[in-house]
Amino acid sequence: MQADNSPPGGQSSTPSSPPADPRLRLVDRTMQLYHHEGHALIETLHAAQESFGYLDEGIMHYIAGRLRVPLSRVFAVATFYHAFTLKPPGKHTCVICLGTACYIGGSRAILDGIRDREGIAAGETTADGEVSLVVARCLGSCGLAPAGVFDGEVAGRLDPQQVLDRIGRWRHDDPA
Amino acid sequence: MSPEFPKKVRSDLNPSRVLTFRIDGRDVSARADESILIVARQNGIAIPTLCHLDGLSERGACRLCIVEIKGSARLQPACVTYPRQDMEVVTTSERVVAYRRKILELLFTERNHVCSVCVSNGHCELQDLAVELGVSHVRYPYLYPGYPVDASHERFCVDHNRCVLCLRCVRVCDEIEGAHTWDVMGRGITSQVIIDLNQPWGTSETCTSCGKCVQVCPTGALTEKGRSVAEISRRRRFLPYLQMMRERRDER
Amino acid sequence: MILHSEDLHRIARDEQDRRDGFRHQVHVCMAAGCLSCGSGEVKQALEAEVARRGLAGRCQVKGVGCLGLCAAGPLVAVDDGATRYQGVQAADAAAIVDALGGSPVERLRCSGDMAFFQRQTRIVTENCGRIDPERIEEYIAAAGYHGLHRALTGMSRQEVIDEVGHSGLRGRGGAGFPAGLKWTAVAKAGDSLKFVICNADEGDPGAFMDRSVLESDPHRVIEGMAIAGYAIGASQGFIYVRAEYPLAVKRVRHALAQAERLGLLGNGIFHTPFTFHIKVRLGAGAFVCGEETALIASIEGRMGRPRPRPPFPAEFGLWEHPTLINNVETFANVAPIIRNGAAWFSAIGTEKSRGTKVFALAGKVVNTGLIEVPMGTTLRDIVFEIGGGIPGGRRFKAVQTGGPSGGCIPSQFLDMPVDYESLAQVGSIMGSGGMIVIDDSACMVDVARFFMEFCMTESCGKCVPCRVGTRQIHDLLARITAGQATPADQATLEDLCDLVRHTSLCGLGQSSPNPVLTTLKYFRDEYHAHIHERRCLAGACSAAGEVV
Repeated sequence: MQADNSPPGGQSSTPSSPPADPRLRLVDRTMQLYHHEGHALIETLHAAQESFGYLDEGIMHYIAGRLRVPLSRVFAVATFYHAFTLKPPGKHTCVICLGTACYIGGSRAILDGIRDREGIAAGETTADGEVSLVVARCLGSCGLAPAGVFDGEVAGRLDPQQVLDRIGRWRHDDPA
Repeated sequence: MSPEFPKKVRSDLNPSRVLTFRIDGRDVSARADESILIVARQNGIAIPTLCHLDGLSERGACRLCIVEIKGSARLQPACVTYPRQDMEVVTTSERVVAYRRKILELLFTERNHVCSVCVSNGHCELQDLAVELGVSHVRYPYLYPGYPVDASHERFCVDHNRCVLCLRCVRVCDEIEGAHTWDVMGRGITSQVIIDLNQPWGTSETCTSCGKCVQVCPTGALTEKGRSVAEISRRRRFLPYLQMMRERRDER
Repeated sequence: MILHSEDLHRIARDEQDRRDGFRHQVHVCMAAGCLSCGSGEVKQALEAEVARRGLAGRCQVKGVGCLGLCAAGPLVAVDDGATRYQGVQAADAAAIVDALGGSPVERLRCSGDMAFFQRQTRIVTENCGRIDPERIEEYIAAAGYHGLHRALTGMSRQEVIDEVGHSGLRGRGGAGFPAGLKWTAVAKAGDSLKFVICNADEGDPGAFMDRSVLESDPHRVIEGMAIAGYAIGASQGFIYVRAEYPLAVKRVRHALAQAERLGLLGNGIFHTPFTFHIKVRLGAGAFVCGEETALIASIEGRMGRPRPRPPFPAEFGLWEHPTLINNVETFANVAPIIRNGAAWFSAIGTEKSRGTKVFALAGKVVNTGLIEVPMGTTLRDIVFEIGGGIPGGRRFKAVQTGGPSGGCIPSQFLDMPVDYESLAQVGSIMGSGGMIVIDDSACMVDVARFFMEFCMTESCGKCVPCRVGTRQIHDLLARITAGQATPADQATLEDLCDLVRHTSLCGLGQSSPNPVLTTLKYFRDEYHAHIHERRCLAGACSAAGEVV
């Protein structure tokens, strides 16, 4: 296979602008930390997702070349693990926990509420690119069921109305 | 595998040790590093397999080769289970045969295996297994997934509707050809074999077009273009040969 | 810097002196649960209030790990638990400081001051809620790293293994395999390179014990791993922790750096030849990576797909070298065992299940939170005494243990002692310690469907029975809850459960039918009502109700 050691760009639809996207710094540093060993793949994908928000073909191609891991292996790992996403996330992200305690506590009704008003299901982003809905397997906040995360902030004892209000506020705060 | 932590050879299976055990009531002798599947075949006892292929690494994944071992409640796949002295193996109990049949039925429900319109009709290992195990009907609902067909390669074609996820293609490409063009994306019921970054085969930058994957495919998922229904045939004799040559490379 | 034993004692003494300098201690819970209810602001407000009154030298406000009663957060404990406050807001800071040394603020007082706190026995969580997890000195002052010192300077490797073996400690990650046997197997494996892995990929939905321990007392796990490394002859450890636990990851990394700085990790620990390093590896959201061989594949940077065992990781583990894998709670028990002796530990618990177990009590129970009880405590004590019973005047229906590999235990077993054998007998498992209380508003068929959906989406897809079987079982359960199933479907359901259980490749596939099998066994009437009467007894499945 052709090892592609150049930064992403050219034919792919990378969000980075070659040659020296500052967002690649974290990715490069992670790979260096592991001496560009193949087993650093998952850590590197974490770094890439943190920098770019998602994994696109360009960055996967770049990482495959640098770590000397087959392209198909990179894609396989990126799609095997739920932590990685290949689609650009919305401006805001709402995570609803679907762990047992949260399910028993009514998180299904919250998801239904979001579906009915925002028209998105788990893993989807609203058409205007504002809000992404993600479900988590368990946030470990079972004591606060049902729990969710709104742009990184954990909130507990949610009900559908509360969640819809929060999403509504996102829209209100930054008029497009 | 990593230079930091070098790979080690499995030492608990001593190839120079010979032991005796029983398969279906027959006394057999075997080397400690030969699987129950291999020893059974050497003795003319056929155990059904699907993911196994001579010349490729074992996965123990299709579960069709499960056998009973006396004294153990757990069923074991013959392809990755090694004999112990005086072990008693049963390959054709009613229980394992019934399980094999059900596993095969599950495979039939998973994708769209319509033999009458398949290029592999008559040369299909899934079909042969159904005949061998007497699967005449499927008791579980068909899932009818709608998978695409990728005909972008100039010589080959992949139809995911016929794929049984045995991963022979992935293994032959990685272990024998050394290209690792194939892998599996996703997980669980949504798993699917992929080329490079899940791209059309014809655009692959790593595929050498050697065709080994097509030769090892047990069903009509990977085929050569230009064949019509029931026309395909597979050549696989190169595999054990290549494996042997690779193993002996260090001696030359 | 490398410590001598005198240094360890000096650090402990200094810390004690520092602590004694304060007349009052105000502990604010800084674990994930309370943080999400605003305990960070509460701590700031208390600090500001203490400073404003010029009490900074006499009253210490400090962030601590989990205080346990997550349901009532943010929690504040005054003078080492003499008084506990719940639901504290920043505005309450003045009242709390006013009350120091006097009578407590009644309106904030923890109603859970009774059984929830009194009935627990703390080994693993002995420091939770008492020490600042970000200061190694506090851990050392609480006898931390004394076990490691004792092992390295006063015990042979075999003696350490024997001590763990004699204690009767069993793996806390699920199956309950005796830790001593596992350690012995790895110690015996002939290889100069071995590894210790701490499994902190707490994937069971409804379980947060490991998260709490890592957030509240990370050094305890590090010390346990180092002792294990010494015992089995490994010099490299890995902590495989869920990326979904950012706070736990941060605290573990912080703790590792502190331990390295003091030479408690690194080369020549306590001036002995023993060398031990620990690296953190992030999980990436795959339940199956709790399985040992899948976890190893994940650390190696691959998809977490289990491989057939044998060979076991004790012989062929990480990069094919002998590897010891235990979970967080197992390692957290090790230092106290070495410090206090096997006899002390084995006196707690039951004949076959020694010691304590940490449970994450959640679901329809008043006092949700983290608890630690001796093995053999009855379910009734846990749910009704410690847990405070069922809220909202509803009736207890079942308790789910062991996550997707476990089962639903009905009320007739409430007086059953909780230990490995008893749980297995009723068709469930101990699991890692998630305990979800289910009340009569839940439909048990729907609960079974929930777990099967989990198993279906978490199946790695390698073996056919789990990959296709879990999907088929899920679809059948969905049909039952929708009121569209026939009696034949129930027979097919039972048939498929049997198949998946006996022919799947790994433990996760094999145990995935457990929630279905236990609900079929104990709540058969609910299946019957859905199928034969198109009715959901709990009134939870709306579709079933409409079909009549």
